Amino acid sequence: MMTRLLRFACFCVSLLVLVTCAPAEKAPIFVWHAYRGNEAKALEQLSQDYGRAHGVRIELLALPYSAYASKLEAAIPHGHGPDVFIDAHERLASYHRNHLVAPATAAAAGDFDASVLDPLRVDGTLYGVPLASKCLALIVNEDLAPKSIASMEGLLESPMPQGVYPLAYEAQSAYAHAAILHAWGGQMLRPDGSFGMVGPEAEASLETAKAWSAKLAKEPDAALVTQLFTSGKAAAVISGPWFLADLGGTMKVKVLPLPMLAATGKPLRPFLTVEAAMLTPDGAKRSEVQDFVHWLATDAEALRVRSTVGKQVVASGGGGGESETTRAFRDAAKGAMPMPTLPTMRSTWVPAEQALRKALRGDASPHDALEEAKARFIDAIRPPPPPPPKTPLLLVMGAALLLLTFRIVQRVREPGFRAELRASKPAYKYVTHAAVIVFALVVLPLIAGTATSFFAGTRSDPTYVGFANYAAILTARGGDLLGHGSFYLTLLVTILWTVLNVFFHVGIGMALALLLSREKLRLRPLYRTLLILPWAVPSYVTALSWKGMFHRQFGAINAILAALGAEPISWFAKFSTALAANVATNVWLGFPFMMVVTMGALTSIPKEVLEAAEVDGATPWQVFWRVKFPLLKPSLLPAVALGAVWTFNMFNVVFLVSGGEPDESTDILVSAAYRWAFTRDAQLGYAAAYAVMIFMLLFGTSRIMEWFGEKREGK
Amino acid sequence: MKKHLSAFAIHFAIWLAVLFAVYPVLWVVSLAFSGDGGAPEPRVIPVPAHPGFGNFRAFLGFADDGGFGLFLTQLGNSLLVSLATAAVAIVIATPAAYALARMPFVGKRSAMRVLLATQMFPAVASAVPLYLLLETLHLLDSRAGLVLVYATTAIPFAIFQLRGTIETIPVDLEEAAMVDGATRLQAFVKVVLPAARPAIAVTALFAFMSAWNEFILAATLLSRKSAFTLPIVLQSYVGEHAASWGTFAAGALLVSAPVMALFYLVQRQLVAGLTAGGVKG
Repeated sequence: MMTRLLRFACFCVSLLVLVTCAPAEKAPIFVWHAYRGNEAKALEQLSQDYGRAHGVRIELLALPYSAYASKLEAAIPHGHGPDVFIDAHERLASYHRNHLVAPATAAAAGDFDASVLDPLRVDGTLYGVPLASKCLALIVNEDLAPKSIASMEGLLESPMPQGVYPLAYEAQSAYAHAAILHAWGGQMLRPDGSFGMVGPEAEASLETAKAWSAKLAKEPDAALVTQLFTSGKAAAVISGPWFLADLGGTMKVKVLPLPMLAATGKPLRPFLTVEAAMLTPDGAKRSEVQDFVHWLATDAEALRVRSTVGKQVVASGGGGGESETTRAFRDAAKGAMPMPTLPTMRSTWVPAEQALRKALRGDASPHDALEEAKARFIDAIRPPPPPPPKTPLLLVMGAALLLLTFRIVQRVREPGFRAELRASKPAYKYVTHAAVIVFALVVLPLIAGTATSFFAGTRSDPTYVGFANYAAILTARGGDLLGHGSFYLTLLVTILWTVLNVFFHVGIGMALALLLSREKLRLRPLYRTLLILPWAVPSYVTALSWKGMFHRQFGAINAILAALGAEPISWFAKFSTALAANVATNVWLGFPFMMVVTMGALTSIPKEVLEAAEVDGATPWQVFWRVKFPLLKPSLLPAVALGAVWTFNMFNVVFLVSGGEPDESTDILVSAAYRWAFTRDAQLGYAAAYAVMIFMLLFGTSRIMEWFGEKREGK
Repeated sequence: MKKHLSAFAIHFAIWLAVLFAVYPVLWVVSLAFSGDGGAPEPRVIPVPAHPGFGNFRAFLGFADDGGFGLFLTQLGNSLLVSLATAAVAIVIATPAAYALARMPFVGKRSAMRVLLATQMFPAVASAVPLYLLLETLHLLDSRAGLVLVYATTAIPFAIFQLRGTIETIPVDLEEAAMVDGATRLQAFVKVVLPAARPAIAVTALFAFMSAWNEFILAATLLSRKSAFTLPIVLQSYVGEHAASWGTFAAGALLVSAPVMALFYLVQRQLVAGLTAGGVKG
């Protein structure tokens, strides 16, 4: 036994050694991007060519888009960021506010159109070197679409073969809808930074979208749009240059600028985003970095490769060998509207999209939906209150410290404390290392996180606001206490969500573990392995699989319902069904854990006890409730408690499956906190206050449960 | 007859559960094997359209030049980080769980409370401080730093889980060993550890899996392709505007295959634990 232990220790040490040795790096030019496919390939090829020609190593790093912005925000201020990063101009204002970018006037010298430079300016200074432009256009299948498309209405009315839609586009996305809005003369954001999507133009645009949606496929997301087009079920799509990468070579495809909206006599006008190389403050100091960026943006060879290999609509000049489709996108870009760079732009998307979905579903009139969206926008960008005096916070902290000291002193003065402490010595040998690690790596970051809840504003210049964040949460930001998105309503949803999930997790998990614990059961290893599948496959892909299964028109669940003769259900249109979809997904994800834990606990029940019960003539039901269950309870209880806590804070499923639909009603407290942190103007302090509230709720509940448990035991 | 009927009912119930467990995964499988050009239609049975291995080839890096070597490195990183996380969590948590289950000491209740409390704090608030902490420790962009971060979530769970199990192990055996002259440490190593082996295996598996599938922290902390773990690579197939869902699905299946294999191995251990562990009441 000892030798085995020693061997295990050696294994651990060698693992640690392997883990810690990382090869040393020289100082090349570090470039981060979130490209994939063709664009990534073009960038790789160009970096290699440039590196070889100029004797400098270009170190590219492709990052997942979902972690991109947060990684930039974490790394650059501490000097661990790249020299250059590539991103769309849309987030430039927020990068600028957090001091992640440096002026790029020198590197951007060259032949650029004002239309691609203007979006990259903040307060008159240029902060990026334009690489490519992106906007939506009409991509048509020449075999299906009419020869000439005079207007959107003409396209939608044109005769189509059976089962073919005249058009597919992401009708529920505000980005796509903006094209219709602009055709009606409306706007998302006014030049003064206030919410623009109100008034008769915006209402008319919603009416248009609603009229179209009756003729088109239901709940069209990006994947469905692609699938409809590539399978010949849609004659045309509204999409961007990235769409072409997914098309095979066999299709006859033409790209056109978005057509006229006959009702207004003006063409649909999409947003234009400019993708730029942005220099970080560190990178801008190095001349070789400036040279590389300048070359990447303006050199003829670089333009050619980005255009032909990367299929980019390059921002400078035409680029040699530009394909017909790329040129068509360039034409489309000429009529596009540059996306505003104002910091408040980030807060328009969610309310606009919610209004759009509400109107499409028919839950509210366009007018009401838009007025509500405007109110939500104003609420989200509300400036932080003036800094209050620090005394209240200091008083509270002082009182808390005093109370803690008092409790400790009280404890130390108890008779026999010294003897107890002496008796504890052997136990400390077993726990000290764990205590130190947990304190340093878990408790300290949490304390630091709590501290941010007393601040508002951006990460780089937070302002102290005292308890204002908490006050706003507890008063539902001055609105109805049980109104939309209020803390209390979300709390109720969260409790419902947790209770349902834990019930099914424990019920299903335990039942299966008990069934699988029968030794005579055939195929037992196979069953066990199959039943653990939901846990083993990464949850972000299976959660998306579930979302697909709940699709209104093409989902498997509705297909099963139809086979059984039931009506199809719009799962994400109502709170009850959307919650059911979330719960089904999370139960699926979570029951294997409870099953495995129960299986582990079952193996530590001595066989003799069960045999004795059987000899005494107990029925299986009695064996379970009288013998197994009481023996399982101590080792299951912590797992159930932890499971409940995790479910309470289960952000992924809610975010990926319903995304809060309909209208944020299925959000739980954690996803509400994430909304404040990421979609509403990055209010990290407010999100931290949410986190602290969640913590206090859970901690309070657990203390009360503990107290009840003790009382019962004491009886 | 009744016996047959109940055996049938049991198998039926299990098959229903298996169907529930496998069905969404079958959709992922179908997506992974699908080629281009499948029409969307409401279907009950997941069958790939234009089946092929293109998605798997793309993920393994055959589509790019020399990408397979990089894939192997990243697979190695994932394995190393996940194994190390499981090992660190078990090594640190087991003695602590033992002390919490068996020995009285000052501060025990507060320790348990703090431990449970750490699980209640949503990660949204602690990501930035954790980044700063790793920076001061010079562990940013290293696999060791990532292991440390993963261990912080794995250790509290492991302590809870193991403490619960150790409490169910009859104390008589240890006491007998100590009466026979064994020290506390010897009793822990020779009596308690073998008896707790199944639970240790489950706990290790859990730590391994959570590290194996995590990508947000990994993507935030690591800045070199050669240090990336597989979930980061997997996530890179989801872009800003469009995503290669087929490649993503194929990658997800490849990434989860080792976990399945590992579970298959550990489950033998689970069963063996009972007979080899020497828990004789």
